[in-house]
Amino acid sequence: MSDSPVIAHGRLETASDEHPSYQRHHFESVEQQADTTNFAMWLFLLTEVMFFGGLFTAYLILRNWYYPAFVEGSHQLNIFWGTANTSVLITSSFTMAMGVWCAETRRKNALVLCLVLTFVLGLVFLGIKGIEYHEKWVKHHVPGLNYSAESFLNPASDHEVYAEYHDKPLMPDMAAKTELYFFLYFAMTGMHALHMIIGIGILAFMIFRARAGAYTNGHVTFVENFGLYWHFVDIIWIFLFPLLYLISRHQ
Amino acid sequence: MSSATIVSLPDQSTARIPKVNFLTKENGLLSWLLTGDHKRIAVLYLISITFFFFIGGALAGLIRLQLLTPQADLLATDTYNKVFTMHGVIMVFLFLVPSVPATIGNFVIPMMVGAKDLALPKINLLSWYLYVIGGILVIYTMVSGGVDTGWTFTTPLSTHFSNTNVVSTGIAVFIAGFSSIFTGLNFIVTIHKMRCPGMTWFRLPLFVWSHYAASILMVLGTPVLAITLVLLVLERTVGIGVFDPAKGGDPLLFQHLFWFYSHPAVYIMILPGMGVISEVISTFSRKRVFGYTAVAFSSVAIAVFGFFVWAHHMFIMGISNYAVLVFSLLTMLVAVPSAIKIFNWAFTLYKGSITFETPMLYAFGFMGLFTIGGMTGVFLGASGTDIQLTETYFIVAHFHFVMVGGMLMAFLSGVHFWWPKITGRMYPEKISQMAAVVTFIGFNLTFFPQFILGTLGMPRRYASYPPEFQVLNVFSTAGASILGVGYLLPVLYLTWSLRYGKIAGDNPWQATGLEWQTQSPPLTENFTRIPIMDHEAYDYDWLERQKAKEVASVG
Repeated sequence: MSDSPVIAHGRLETASDEHPSYQRHHFESVEQQADTTNFAMWLFLLTEVMFFGGLFTAYLILRNWYYPAFVEGSHQLNIFWGTANTSVLITSSFTMAMGVWCAETRRKNALVLCLVLTFVLGLVFLGIKGIEYHEKWVKHHVPGLNYSAESFLNPASDHEVYAEYHDKPLMPDMAAKTELYFFLYFAMTGMHALHMIIGIGILAFMIFRARAGAYTNGHVTFVENFGLYWHFVDIIWIFLFPLLYLISRHQ
Repeated sequence: MSSATIVSLPDQSTARIPKVNFLTKENGLLSWLLTGDHKRIAVLYLISITFFFFIGGALAGLIRLQLLTPQADLLATDTYNKVFTMHGVIMVFLFLVPSVPATIGNFVIPMMVGAKDLALPKINLLSWYLYVIGGILVIYTMVSGGVDTGWTFTTPLSTHFSNTNVVSTGIAVFIAGFSSIFTGLNFIVTIHKMRCPGMTWFRLPLFVWSHYAASILMVLGTPVLAITLVLLVLERTVGIGVFDPAKGGDPLLFQHLFWFYSHPAVYIMILPGMGVISEVISTFSRKRVFGYTAVAFSSVAIAVFGFFVWAHHMFIMGISNYAVLVFSLLTMLVAVPSAIKIFNWAFTLYKGSITFETPMLYAFGFMGLFTIGGMTGVFLGASGTDIQLTETYFIVAHFHFVMVGGMLMAFLSGVHFWWPKITGRMYPEKISQMAAVVTFIGFNLTFFPQFILGTLGMPRRYASYPPEFQVLNVFSTAGASILGVGYLLPVLYLTWSLRYGKIAGDNPWQATGLEWQTQSPPLTENFTRIPIMDHEAYDYDWLERQKAKEVASVG
């Protein structure tokens, strides 16, 4: 992009005018630039809401149809790791918010620290998610690849879960529908994890730039907008966690 | 036809194309491929969508040739299925959706609002690259055996029974969809945040309003299509069953999710065209658009209503009678804002000083054909008639009247209208007027017989048909060849005009938009200094005063 005419021209202009180097040529002022990119980020998050909205719709409709299968399916999720992950993610949102504050108040080292913490917490989240996915694989609950409805046809075979919930066996056609539950579980948490991975990638880039002092010179738009993205991914999880793990768990 | 014209060109013996403009600013392929300039990206888009238009058009030609005779003798029946599917996919996702917004909209919206560029130039370039990647994947699909599900990817055909390249097509449409999301996002942000001093919402040209409405649809609708295609592709590759009834999934859910995007998508396709017509009708009748505010809000109303009518594609698919009733009613409501536009354009013409340059001829074509297309849409919105007519050629004729008769006419109108601004040169007037007339005749001959075929009961999507339908099909194929000539002509003479066209000057149409108050082709940064908007849109008296002032100061 560096030799595009717009930017090349912007450089020329900044040399003569007293615009800061981070102001893009087609904006009248830094305020307009910050305002505009911020608005664009909110709009982008709106498209993300619609994107996940399709998945949530599918989940809610199928959950209504196959309620027993979805309830017993949710018993198979590991509530300990789920809760741990929720707190990890909320903490990472806090460190991210602190990062934005550090950028605004021009604290370079604190900003780098916050970004690194967010980065690490993001990785921890993915690690725990990996543990959960592995558990599903071991129990043959990965739809399409190694699925078996044994835990639902014969709940007593699954001692740990049975001890806690005393699930009744499902009829074979309803037990087959648990595969749908697990498919939606993987699709929704997978899509969420994909957003996390993209976010972690951007975080790595930001840590690299922040060390060079990029966001502590008064131009905080990038950190701010990334913060919005990170909180959004967090909020998606705040909806996923109760929908997949918690509701109707004890019926 | 009157010989009067409003075209005012500079003295050809002395006029020159300005030495410095966005085309000459930098040279070399890289300066184009890495550009952030909205005008250059618009030109890139124009070239790429024209390319795909002619691929889609060639496929349409094959369809019409096949239907010349009642038997499937030119193409095998499964080849025919692939041909009409690829025609649909290419025309909808690679031509109609980006047609006006990504080319003309990209070029003129920043100039119309008085900005130097779109708000996010890199995202704009990214959108073009995504489009190209989507396009290459579609070509790959076509070369490697095609896809035969229809452009609607109907489940369970697309998930279980088709053994063609559904996955690569799905990914292609997914990627092209993001190109459209980014275009829409960029427009909304630009229109909100980049307007020049004095440019209030109600001083914006109606072209901008209609693009704003279309952008809302792109931003809110396209992500739903994206996730639907993700689920579809996963269903095919991993074998899960969200849409598969055998596994407890719901094929109707696919229809709901798909049409939640794809019905608003028809407004994504038509609204920008309506914007072109507003500009053209006003300019060539020398009057402010009648009922400016009503036309502006009717665009927004179409966008809002457009989100609540999708199930009218599903009247025969087993949704409840109450749903049919509600969606039927809402569908008819959408006709109201469309009619507001048509009536207001008609009133704009009333007592205007009308001239008949090519863009205006196309605009007249739009008004007539879109009205027929829209009215037959009301027939189809009424569930009784819909159940009778759905899956027949009546549907095919209806949406081609709206999309080809409406949007394509508007696209050509816009390309001719802004051609002098984009290239600095005029297209040849006489031959282009002829092309407009040929297109109109060819179009009607192609698609009007299909209304009759539909009411007689000829089903769509088949390679063969009962012999008694042949006469009307021959008419239709004959019309298609005339239409083909009508579309080839502009490519030839517009290319010719790049070198030999007359120098256009800044404002050949004496139009009022800010884009006309600067040199043609414009500077990379559009304006020498940011304009200040001190008058209403379509204020032709203001333009006269400006000219008088110029004459006085030069004199």
